[in-house]
Amino acid sequence: MAAKKDIELGRHGEQIAEAYLQAEGMRIIERNWRCRHGEIDIIAEEGPTLVVVEVKTRSGRSHGTALESVRPAKLARLRMLAAKWLATQPQTFETVRVDVIALERFAGDFALRHVRGAI
Amino acid sequence: MAVARTRSVALVGVTGRTVEVEADVGNGLAGIHLIGLPDTALSEARDRVRSAVVNSNYPWPDARIIVSLFPASLPKRGSQFDLAIAMSVMAAAGVVPTARIAETFFLGELGLDGRIRPVRGVLPAILGAAQHGDVTVVVPAANSAEAVLVPDVKVVPMAHLRQLVEWLRRGDEPPELPIEELDEPPEPTTEPVADLADVVGQPVARRALEVCAAGGHNLWMLGPPGCGKTLLAERLPTLLPDLELDHALEVTAIHSVAGILPPSAPLMSRPPFVSPHHTASVASIIGGGSTIVRPGAVSLAHRGVLFMDEAPEFPRHVLDALRQPLESGRVTVSRSIGSVTFPARFMLVLAANPCPCAQAEDPGETCKCSPTIKRRYLGRLSGPLLDRVDMKVTVARSSRRELMADRQFVETSKTVAERVHAARERATKRLAGTPWRTNAEIPSSLLHADYRPSPAAMKPMTSCLDSGTLTARGLDRVVRVSWTLADLADKPTPGEAETTAALSFWLGVRS
Repeated sequence: MAAKKDIELGRHGEQIAEAYLQAEGMRIIERNWRCRHGEIDIIAEEGPTLVVVEVKTRSGRSHGTALESVRPAKLARLRMLAAKWLATQPQTFETVRVDVIALERFAGDFALRHVRGAI
Repeated sequence: MAVARTRSVALVGVTGRTVEVEADVGNGLAGIHLIGLPDTALSEARDRVRSAVVNSNYPWPDARIIVSLFPASLPKRGSQFDLAIAMSVMAAAGVVPTARIAETFFLGELGLDGRIRPVRGVLPAILGAAQHGDVTVVVPAANSAEAVLVPDVKVVPMAHLRQLVEWLRRGDEPPELPIEELDEPPEPTTEPVADLADVVGQPVARRALEVCAAGGHNLWMLGPPGCGKTLLAERLPTLLPDLELDHALEVTAIHSVAGILPPSAPLMSRPPFVSPHHTASVASIIGGGSTIVRPGAVSLAHRGVLFMDEAPEFPRHVLDALRQPLESGRVTVSRSIGSVTFPARFMLVLAANPCPCAQAEDPGETCKCSPTIKRRYLGRLSGPLLDRVDMKVTVARSSRRELMADRQFVETSKTVAERVHAARERATKRLAGTPWRTNAEIPSSLLHADYRPSPAAMKPMTSCLDSGTLTARGLDRVVRVSWTLADLADKPTPGEAETTAALSFWLGVRS
């Protein structure tokens, strides 16, 4: 299981990502939505588009970069989760997009990369 | 972001085709995608290249990388593209200057630590690259001795990725060729340990072997076991002259593709001698393979000797598969991935026992085979195949007295090789200006136009043609052998003596 400090790192990363997305002009709909198939870190909306965001935070590069740790299988699962979430909602969206936000800690500070439309 | 381009070579059979390798480092999820019909070994290049770059302490772009190999329709296989892929990615990422790699060819497999490892088929690949004129080719250091055989190509041997990147960054002359000096093997690589003088008691077969060597003809030896058929065949290479440079490059290219080039002798200057076992399959003789088409024994024996000992023991379809290469001098292997043509101009030497029990018919010995069994045994050598064999000799077991008497007539390989050499020179002089060098290569049309013996000399053949013992192809072969006999006797054209002798060699075995 993930150690306590890893969970804290992930929480912290998600907060940074949320603040960043709001600064980018997105409206946050929900955070850490769970169902029996998995979890969506952030659900946001940008104009007519529903944005499903995966936040990946790494404390360094010793185990590879944060961005490359998100594999196609993970993105496919997020897409499936987006459909599950939409099924619970009354509202509809024109398009659905999956984004990845990769955070890496360098010397106490975080470097952020945002990939729009990963699939 | 950035795109960078470089070049490498893909092998189709024994010909190299230029492949452009492009890398695009751009936005998207980090990862590397390889497109352009790669096979499994090439797909794994993604992991090898990444580890090699990272372990050489160069940055690996944390971005979406697409590597494309052109032409996209040509299937590419093997690991020799590793270096070109690494270079294009590193140039697109700004690690090495793009302009420096655009015109250069890269060949080599990468180790996980960044070592550049040797690959097979370097010689034909560089021959393919050389078609673009004055080119620079980066090769693994271990392949450098083979690579420098091609004239007018600047070869840059490299042992490690770091060494290569530093060179590209500095932009100066390549480091001095660290070609490991060969331990002086320009002496014939197969030093004749076997000598024709070892074979006592077979004067006719020795003469046939000499004619064979002089003209590049095919030979069939029929005789009981123990009379020296195998010994004779194994001594044929000792009578053959060294290969000329262009032929040596052809032979070396084939052996390089097959991956059996001896590292100590990168240039095969001696004619090869290939002796497959009689359990060989068609694919091993002709060439084949489902994903990678490899040259078979006929191509490995190109410009040399293919010796099939115990020929009737070979499966019949294997023997009959030899018919096409014997006629055309090349062999086309067709598979679902495409067809590949290999050169296959070889001298065929067949050896056969007269019957399966292999007891001689000499008095005092007991052959238990019935005539039907004997006929069936030799019947495995099909008529069309034997029609392509220029010379057929029956070798008999020699008596003690014959052996003793023949002892004073045996000649060493060196003596005979000198006569063969002189005869070949005469043939080459006569054939100057044509692509052929031996009498066996002269095409049929030319044989009847420019090289037709006098009507008087043709007389013994015409009667055989009339009676049906000689086919039109057989006639061509008899005429070719008679030219060789004339060359050996230093005559300007074959006379009746030569044509009669050639005809008797052709008819040789009649059971």
